[in-house]
Amino acid sequence: MRGLVGYGAYIPYYRLERTRIAGVLGSGGGFGTRSVAAYDEDTTTMAVAAGRAVLAGLAGEGPGGPPDGASVRQLFFATTVPAYADKTNATAVHAALRLPGDALAVDMAGAVRSGVGALVAAAQAPVPAMAVLADIRTGLPGGADERDGGDGAAAFVFAEADHGMPVLAEIVGQGSATAEFLDRWRAPGSAASRVWEERFGEQVYGPLAEAAMADALKQAGLSPGQVDHLVVAGLPARAVSRTVRAAGVRAEAIAGNRVASIGNAGTAQPGILLADVLDRAGPGETVLLVVLADGATALALRTSEALAGHRQPQPVAAQIAAGSTALDYATFLSWRGFLDREPPRRPDPDPVAAPPAQRRADWKFGLVAARCTRCGTRALPPGRVCQQCHAADEMVPEPLAGVPATVTTYTVDRLAYTPSPPVLMVVLDFDGGGRMRCQLTDAAEDEVRIGLRAEMTFRRLGTAAGVHNYFWKARPIRSGPGKDE
Amino acid sequence: MGSHGIRDQVAIVGMGCTAFGEHWDKSTDDLLVESATAAAAAAGVGLADIDAFWLGTMGSGVSGLTLSRPLRLPCKPVTRLENMCATGSESLRNACYAVASGAYDSAMAIGVEKLKDSGFSGLVGSNAPGAGDDGKGETTAPANFSLLAPAYAAKYGVDEAELKDVLTRIAWKNHQNGAKNPRAQFRKEVPKETISKSPLVAGILGIFDCSGVSDGSAAAIVVRAEDAHRYTDRPLYVKALSLAAGPADGLSSPDYDFTTFPEVAASARDAYRQAGITDPRAQLALAEVHDCFTPTELVLMEDLGFAERGQGWKDVLSGRFDLDGDLPVNPDGGLKAFGHPIGASGLRMMFEAWLQLRGEAPEQRAVRTVAEGRTLALTHNLGGGPGECVSFVSVVGTERDA
Repeated sequence: MRGLVGYGAYIPYYRLERTRIAGVLGSGGGFGTRSVAAYDEDTTTMAVAAGRAVLAGLAGEGPGGPPDGASVRQLFFATTVPAYADKTNATAVHAALRLPGDALAVDMAGAVRSGVGALVAAAQAPVPAMAVLADIRTGLPGGADERDGGDGAAAFVFAEADHGMPVLAEIVGQGSATAEFLDRWRAPGSAASRVWEERFGEQVYGPLAEAAMADALKQAGLSPGQVDHLVVAGLPARAVSRTVRAAGVRAEAIAGNRVASIGNAGTAQPGILLADVLDRAGPGETVLLVVLADGATALALRTSEALAGHRQPQPVAAQIAAGSTALDYATFLSWRGFLDREPPRRPDPDPVAAPPAQRRADWKFGLVAARCTRCGTRALPPGRVCQQCHAADEMVPEPLAGVPATVTTYTVDRLAYTPSPPVLMVVLDFDGGGRMRCQLTDAAEDEVRIGLRAEMTFRRLGTAAGVHNYFWKARPIRSGPGKDE
Repeated sequence: MGSHGIRDQVAIVGMGCTAFGEHWDKSTDDLLVESATAAAAAAGVGLADIDAFWLGTMGSGVSGLTLSRPLRLPCKPVTRLENMCATGSESLRNACYAVASGAYDSAMAIGVEKLKDSGFSGLVGSNAPGAGDDGKGETTAPANFSLLAPAYAAKYGVDEAELKDVLTRIAWKNHQNGAKNPRAQFRKEVPKETISKSPLVAGILGIFDCSGVSDGSAAAIVVRAEDAHRYTDRPLYVKALSLAAGPADGLSSPDYDFTTFPEVAASARDAYRQAGITDPRAQLALAEVHDCFTPTELVLMEDLGFAERGQGWKDVLSGRFDLDGDLPVNPDGGLKAFGHPIGASGLRMMFEAWLQLRGEAPEQRAVRTVAEGRTLALTHNLGGGPGECVSFVSVVGTERDA
């Protein structure tokens, strides 16, 4: 039996309060909050965060150690906002998650529908496969897409039960409907999407969604009344509402869409909402996931007894609750590229050079340091001569991405080049040894202090000469294991 | 194996130093010609009479041609070298060894930096192509050195406001001294309140906690000690030259606590041994140290043995290192007020020792320790930052005792 063996969602730390929009522009906005990817996040880094969450829940993970992605043989990365064109973005996700070198990693980039496409591809793959969905949704200042959009990611691993990982949910039915029509579109390079009149889309989506749902339930041998959790995801809000009404499920089976608190993360929304349901679903329950994007796809899943013991470490609800609303609208605009700030009078950062980045890929993308086999001292970055016992070439790889650390000293750099000044720079001592200096992110200036507990997060340090510099930063551990030494 | 030094084997017999500052009207060539001709004139020699040259510059030119072209040197050996902010001292060290070896009768050490043509304030790095995963370029020099402040405060129980007063007093003292120096970039006394309330740059460091970014050049002519009196009645004998490049593990080893530069302590130990110094506080007439940022000078007072561990901040507040203190530190204004053209700074420090020990410092900043009979001066030059640096310490004196 093939099925879902792991899931994880990532909601970025920052929230924009929608009232802040009208506060600046005089109109627009609304109520509630939307999630916002920080200036140092993109769809690739959020995909890594979601991927780390799903791997952390898989069997085989060592305590405090790195997630074990060794069994994953295929990776499908879906987004509408790829960090690169031409170059595959899934390779950075693959490297950061330390998936096997002989695994396939491909992008499914461009359209919102790629998200459900990646899910279906991973679910039907002949080998253990991961789907990662990530998106950053915005639009022109004051518009509905800016207000209602959201940023985030979700990841899922599907495998046969005999791979040693228990199946948490089985896909029991599936239906799709496809049609060519103009609902939402964006010319490559444009800052914002355009949409046709919503009532037009509502009228076209309606029959497509109903057909897909009917096919999925028929395959599963279920009636709508037997659905325990209905998730309808999609950017066309009117069509989504109509589909929820038309599904015919019990009222209590309709899952919340979280738009009021985190907005709609487009490509990633079906993944985030499915993860949210899996965070709380009981055994033997039926989940009907319907995705509206240039057609409709419906997936019916049945949960297993194993789900309760293998949920993601940080539930979606907890991630929503942990967000910060300290973000002001001007900062949001500058992060999204709608407000250019005067840079410091400093030289542009050096671009990343390809050969050193390739030579050091395990360190740069995977945060794999080295450990001396003679004396046990960790070396960050990995070197060949031990700084403690001076033994040469006695090192073994030492993965550190999952190891918590403590701030030993720090500074606030108001002069350094950053898209969001000031830079918070910390010197970190890892539990079990090893030190590195790096930036602290997802933190306010008054949070940094000696003794602060921190965890590592994969981020984009900057972009120079069109090359994104991906590396690791620290961020405060705000809850859960590792908060205290 | 051992570090033996070349105590009293060579002497400095002529020095030159340009004014430091924003020399919009002068090129690297102009600065080099100015300091080289001044040094040659002081020694009473022509430039073409000097046998070999060591040119220190971090980024104002490559190869010996950077010096031989403007000076039109006739096929002389010219080495261009770099050792971060200790570059100027490194050129002196190499020139001294060349003369001590017997290879040359005379050599010039010269340092230069032209920082103000870049359009940026601060240093402009030229890193080797990298993977962007080692922190290089992610942080600025003031931020790097500001890491010392919270660590020092925490270790020795000094509260932040008190530490800020200590750092302010260091900047205030160096500006006081610089105000008496016509070659200094900043020649005005600055009130403590202006210093302490200046806009923050990094951590608790404000603009006035940072050294001046400037253009300048300085040069020294070195000969065998036994020949020195042919050039001048008052040579400066080289007592000790020590350089320490650390393992650069302070940012990767949890043993390092950001309250010291182990490289400085090592180079000071070595230099004191070479020079036969047992009590630097009582024996030195003055010290010129690398006050790139105010916390650096504080920590140096302890690493150089001028203050007990954890007590340096009290000695700063008591005025021990003032111009009229027990041990004047940076009587010329230091990097803080004199300015910091990278390749020139180490030789600029030596220039102050040259003036002070030989009684040529202007009366208003002449240290009384010389009049009281002390004959030794120390220069300390540092490149890099906390946890990973190179450190240079020299001792020079007017008496030849070996």
